[in-house]
Amino acid sequence: MMTAIPSGNNRQTTVEAWKDPSQEPYIRLENVTKKFGDFTAVDNISLDIFKSEFFSLLGPSGCGKTTLLRMLAGFEQPTSGRILLDGEDMSKVPPYLRPVNMMFQSYALFPHMNVEKNIAFGLKQDGVPSPEIKTRVDEVISMVQLEQFAKRKPHQLSGGQRQRVALARSLVKKPKMLLLDEPLGALDKKLRTRTQFELMNIQEETGITFVIVTHDQEEAMTVSSRIAVMDHGRIIQTATPTEIYEVPNSRYVANFLGEVNIFEGRVAENARDHVLIQSQEAGCTIRADHGIDAADGATVWVAVRPEKMYINLEAPDDPNTNCMTGQVWDIGYLGNLSIYHIKLDSGTMVTMARTNKERVVERKITWDDRVYVTWAPDAGVVLLS
Amino acid sequence: MRKGLSPFNIVSLVMGFSFLYLPILLLVLFSFNESKLVTVWGGFSTKWYGEMIRNEGLMDAAWMTLKIAVVSSTFATILGTIAGLVMVRFGSFRGRLLFSGMIYAPLVMPEVITGLSLLLMFVAISLDRGFLTITIAHITFSMCYVAVVVQSRMVTFDQSIEEAALDLGCPPMRTFFTVTLPIIMPAVVSGWLLSFTLSLDDLVIASFTSGPGSTTLPMKIYSSVRLGVTPEINAISTILVGLVTVGVLVASYVSRRQTLIRQRDERLAAAEAT
Repeated sequence: MMTAIPSGNNRQTTVEAWKDPSQEPYIRLENVTKKFGDFTAVDNISLDIFKSEFFSLLGPSGCGKTTLLRMLAGFEQPTSGRILLDGEDMSKVPPYLRPVNMMFQSYALFPHMNVEKNIAFGLKQDGVPSPEIKTRVDEVISMVQLEQFAKRKPHQLSGGQRQRVALARSLVKKPKMLLLDEPLGALDKKLRTRTQFELMNIQEETGITFVIVTHDQEEAMTVSSRIAVMDHGRIIQTATPTEIYEVPNSRYVANFLGEVNIFEGRVAENARDHVLIQSQEAGCTIRADHGIDAADGATVWVAVRPEKMYINLEAPDDPNTNCMTGQVWDIGYLGNLSIYHIKLDSGTMVTMARTNKERVVERKITWDDRVYVTWAPDAGVVLLS
Repeated sequence: MRKGLSPFNIVSLVMGFSFLYLPILLLVLFSFNESKLVTVWGGFSTKWYGEMIRNEGLMDAAWMTLKIAVVSSTFATILGTIAGLVMVRFGSFRGRLLFSGMIYAPLVMPEVITGLSLLLMFVAISLDRGFLTITIAHITFSMCYVAVVVQSRMVTFDQSIEEAALDLGCPPMRTFFTVTLPIIMPAVVSGWLLSFTLSLDDLVIASFTSGPGSTTLPMKIYSSVRLGVTPEINAISTILVGLVTVGVLVASYVSRRQTLIRQRDERLAAAEAT
């Protein structure tokens, strides 16, 4: 997944509410735990989500992200802990009274109603007068560009169109929070990318707080203001897409988002502004330009992204720091990138990526070449777990 | 791909179908017999149909049967639908297997035993046997058929559709009537038809639970046959066969048409998308 480029996120322009201590969170989870029998699906999660955020819950299947979403919708009750929405405790509120709507993974359209009626359903339940229903339904139908299909039934629509109906149906009530359960999972890649941008536009237009569940890291990176990476019912890290990618807090997060090389080593020198790590796997001393909270001699891991590495035939000035030697094992040509697999002298395999800025006619570096792999001291991240 | 009809195939076909339909064909044929003797052809006539309509006993029994069938199948459908829903919805609990087994048991229970046990119960609570007892008995045994039909539909029902309704502000009870019921309606209707037919042609249980003045058509036919088959019986049987045939044909035509339309729509939608 080399295409997972940290998004220069479109929402960076808006105020980063999570960094502002005076901001009240819009949705607050306090020590939420959910058990199914002996199985703990969600394990003591506390989380704040702010108004108008596009928040992603990212994790592999079975990590508890869907359970968390279903608790927000009210389909599951937390075993312990509280969920607050706009200051109100949601624990005792049944799903049909919550100001929250959900877009289901299967879309869950009503097969016996046409597009219009599907979308109008929620408003009808609230006793909205029918002229107003008409205008509001028409409004969302045009927002998702389904005007020609208003009278069709779900089975007369393609997958992409059904997805839009499901989105329109959950938007029409202008909920305080919109939950999206793998909303684009059933679409093909091209359509998915297009829809991601549409989702972002709609979110910006309506200002509704979106909480999306996904296992697709690229999708989460593209759309989110912040991402919570989950594993085994716990949140491992909550941060912006850029932070998650550039400053992961653990090997799990580093591995989950994109490709990464990880070298185990021991702390040799730990100062305020840098750290030196002796690594057998890398076969050199690793310097990272940030201090860490670990004693000398402690085992740590250094994560370096493939695109942040350089490959050279000649030795650099300082061949002992952030410099590994090895042999080109394999080259993958992806068009925009070339992926090099390099077998280090220590036996470790390293993946590095190179953008093909010039047209590749004849490779300067090719199979079986002895090479030096280097990276800048600020390119690597030291991980404690 | 198509194989020619070998003589073996033709013979099997003819034998199979004659085995199934020859008796019924004879019955229909002889209902148009001029002669009173059932086995001797005396020329074409529809007089037995007139006789049948004038036969008050026969008509009363037919009317009674129809009333019982409508009432019992309606109640059986309501109860069976609830049972079917509950069996799917409750998930697993201790004794689930026992419960589901107990719903299916009447399907394989010998009718004589069901009839007898119902009779014993009605006697025990000293309920006068008649229309009410037959109806109750029919509800009892046809309910499980409905439960089975509805349950098999519910297994493939996407539960998130109901959740979507709840999520959009529809309370559970209303969700059932506006979303769940319309979607499972075909299963409910076929359950109703099934129990209607079962009630219509039940002889054994009705004989156990009927009282004076409440004779159903199958009972009437059975008792008249013991005195000798009359062409009138052939006539009413022919009408029954005709009704069932038409019903089955219409039902299969409608469902076939629906599937075809649906498939066409889906193809169109997929073609448009590309």
